Amino acid sequence: MSRYVALFVQPLVALALAPALVGFIRWLKARLQGRRGAPVWQPYFEIRKLFGKEAVVSHTASWLFRATPFIVFGTSVIVASLVPLVIVPAAPLVVGDVFAAVYLLLLGTFFLALAGLDTGSPFGGMGASREMTVVALTEPTVALAIVALALSAGSTNFSQIVARTIAEPAAALGPGHLLAFAALFVVTLAETGRLPVDNPSTHLELTMIHEAMVLEYSGPYLALIEWGAALKLLIFLALAANLFMPWGIAFSLSPVALMIGLVSVIVKLGALAVAIAVLETRVAKLRLFRVPELLSASFVLALLAVMSTFLVR
Amino acid sequence: MAFGTFALIVMVVGYAGGACLSLLARSQRSARMLTALGAVVGCVGGLAAAVSVFATRVPVEAVLPNLVSAAGGVVIRVDLLGAFFLALVAAVSLPAAIYGTTYMAEYEDRCSMRVFGLMFNAFLLGMSLVPCAANIFTFVLAWELMAVSSYFLVMTESENADTRQAGLWYAAMTHLGLVLLLPMFFLMAGGSEATSFADLRTGAATLTAGTRNVVFLLALAAFGSKAGIVPLHVWLPRAHPAAPSHVSALMSGVMIKLGIYGLVRVMFDLMPSGPAWWGGLLLAVGSVSALLGVLYALVEHDLKRLLAYHSVENIGIILIGLGAGSILHGVGLRALATIGFAGALFHTLNHACFKGLLFLGAGSVVQQTHTRNMEEMGGLIKRMPHTALCFLVGSVAIAALPPLNGFASEWLIFQSLLAGTYISRPEIAVGFPIAVGMLALTSGLAAACFVKAFGISFLAMPRSDHAAHARECHWSMRAMMMVLAGSCVVLGLAAPLVIRGMNPIIDSVPGLSAGEPLPRSPQLWLMVPNGSAQVSPLLMAVLLGAIALAVLLAIHAGGLRVRRADTWGCGRISQTPRMEYTASAFAEPLRRVFAEVYQPTQDLSISVHPESRYFIQSITYTSHVVPWFEKAFYDPVTGGARALATQIRRLQAGSLHLYLLYVVAALVAALAFAWWSK
Repeated sequence: MSRYVALFVQPLVALALAPALVGFIRWLKARLQGRRGAPVWQPYFEIRKLFGKEAVVSHTASWLFRATPFIVFGTSVIVASLVPLVIVPAAPLVVGDVFAAVYLLLLGTFFLALAGLDTGSPFGGMGASREMTVVALTEPTVALAIVALALSAGSTNFSQIVARTIAEPAAALGPGHLLAFAALFVVTLAETGRLPVDNPSTHLELTMIHEAMVLEYSGPYLALIEWGAALKLLIFLALAANLFMPWGIAFSLSPVALMIGLVSVIVKLGALAVAIAVLETRVAKLRLFRVPELLSASFVLALLAVMSTFLVR
Repeated sequence: MAFGTFALIVMVVGYAGGACLSLLARSQRSARMLTALGAVVGCVGGLAAAVSVFATRVPVEAVLPNLVSAAGGVVIRVDLLGAFFLALVAAVSLPAAIYGTTYMAEYEDRCSMRVFGLMFNAFLLGMSLVPCAANIFTFVLAWELMAVSSYFLVMTESENADTRQAGLWYAAMTHLGLVLLLPMFFLMAGGSEATSFADLRTGAATLTAGTRNVVFLLALAAFGSKAGIVPLHVWLPRAHPAAPSHVSALMSGVMIKLGIYGLVRVMFDLMPSGPAWWGGLLLAVGSVSALLGVLYALVEHDLKRLLAYHSVENIGIILIGLGAGSILHGVGLRALATIGFAGALFHTLNHACFKGLLFLGAGSVVQQTHTRNMEEMGGLIKRMPHTALCFLVGSVAIAALPPLNGFASEWLIFQSLLAGTYISRPEIAVGFPIAVGMLALTSGLAAACFVKAFGISFLAMPRSDHAAHARECHWSMRAMMMVLAGSCVVLGLAAPLVIRGMNPIIDSVPGLSAGEPLPRSPQLWLMVPNGSAQVSPLLMAVLLGAIALAVLLAIHAGGLRVRRADTWGCGRISQTPRMEYTASAFAEPLRRVFAEVYQPTQDLSISVHPESRYFIQSITYTSHVVPWFEKAFYDPVTGGARALATQIRRLQAGSLHLYLLYVVAALVAALAFAWWSK
């Protein structure tokens, strides 16, 4: 029973932490750029305010536009329930494995892209087209990074991958794991709309990807999408952290283990957030047609990860 | 008489009766009705026969040795594998036939409903008999009946030049398949008199390895040309759009699956346990077909051609599953191999459902908008809400997104590829991760393609007058689409039960069987036999629904205020459809990324004002993507055939004296031959 509680509580913890993660990256970026920056908890205020505002929906839009925020939010929450965050969700209570997580997130993106086209705005279409391009090109990298992990764990279940890495810490520092981590980190930047693929703080038409797609959203709908996107960022970072460096994650439900799990995941997320903030301060956005080069480089990394795992096996 | 035999007779009588009655019908309208009546009776008979085989696990047999006894007579034997494909044929044909009743109404003043009814029922009869056939004669008879009748169905609008060209391609490629099929059976028979599949199965064990390899290659090419593997798929994007939409649904959803059936029958049943490279070749051909199929679909703006290219993609995915399973089976990982086989067979069934659904949806759209060009559609979700919903379900399913059926089967195929990592020989195992990458890219691109297909056709503002005045199609057509959409949902959510039901089929075929009882998977979970992964589409759907509902209620409890306004447009006065993103624009980034594959031709012509070249009067930009392998493979062949025909035409000079000379020469040659042979 307590196992169920943990699994329902974990997505709630993730939901609670997600805006802070986004706020922290924004604050740190501002600091690094010599600005004072908004406080870390600013995203919470924004979400609360958006929930209270009226929603403006285009005449052109259909029911799909209004249904999409719920699908985007819902898929992110489900994925948060099955990834290793504070505790490792174990069978038979999780709804799926790594592939399920990837395809659930793709389902959200699919509807978001449709909603971008639904209003008839050229910005929405532009964002949808670019987002689907980037997502389609990241899929093979994600899949191969999964293969690299599954190769050593013999499973695509999160719990078994984590358990395997803990059991064999040497493998975590092996070339296969490190290369897969690098590949997955590039994918994280692409999938969550960070620099150098997409600029999360731009509203300049020609450079937008994700922001262009959600341009027509307002009020509670926008709040759901923003929150869902923050959650997606948290999920990807948590995956990068806990699949490759799972130490500290809770295996039992004892309060001490859970506490260690929570603290360790916050520390790991914080470290990755610092990496992203530094990266975003240092690099410029790539031209859209240079992005495939970055993604194919990450694909090669993932392929090398798989091959080296084969070799050292 | 056993129930199964009776059901088979009902099936044959239904189709044959439908064919004859519609030919004799008094009016075009009654011909339409009788076509559907015969087809429905036939489908029900076929389904009943398949169900009886599933229920009793006893094959239904019927032998008519005196019917063309020289060729071995007609032998029918529906085993579990045959019953699966028979059920697939009947289950998709039934809604398609009913849909066609109203859909064909607009063709009444253009073509004969009587001939159409004859050919439609003959087509269904041929498709239903292919999985039932148990000797070479019956198989080839059914195969050709299916091919010839579908040729006439493709040619329904033969007044159209494109259709005639499509028909020519189709006829040529179909006969290429037959030309390869006959030597394949000839080699398998090995010079003996045996023609029944049972004899072939025992005879195949005595064939030399070289002969078996040739037989396999011939089977792959012959059945592959029917299934639409690259590069033998060229007829598919031409012929499928040309046919009426419910016929496209059957050709794309069902007929090409019989190519898969033939391959499974020959490779895993008649000639099981081939060398590892057979599976490797399937894996390679499947990966290439899947990727190229989806890439060409992406740049296609003809809705039906786009769907046809996706059939190439999905056949590729099925072959990936079969290939992975075959390799695993070969190296002894038989329990894991069943994942690949189950995934492939499940995907065969799933593709039949969602591709049938999408073609029927496209048919309704084409009927209302009078165009197949997506750039002239748009806004149909408001004018045709039910069609749009069904098409959306089909799009989500074909893009392999959870929790629908496409996801379930692709998940299984992914798992079968991951199981390749257990193979201890690295030179074999290394192919699997590459296939994983290609399959993942394929499914990502498929998602992008269906955002385009659905988004441009159904969303935003209408892009033409026809689209603006579109109306929802007839209720019977909508009902049939909903049946197929419902089956996509049910097959997805109940996937674990479907896989459980499929285990006996896999067990019954020597080349597929694990040879050991598989662990019974739990009811809610799709599972890999060694317990390494699991997924539950039903739980996903329930959770997604619960979360969405909870959030919806919470937002409404907080007092959701919605105001309708114009789309934001940087201060422009009014929004027109010309401002919307087009299908070409949507696909442009990916077209640039894969420019090496597409090698597009571009033509830009700018006409300027005579006074100053800075005033541009008009710009015309055209760009075409012609698949390069068509040029590389088919242009030499068609060119050679044409050159040969030109040479041969010289013989026929029109001069009577010359013809008399031919006669004399032939007579002299015949006499000389007779004298010499004495």
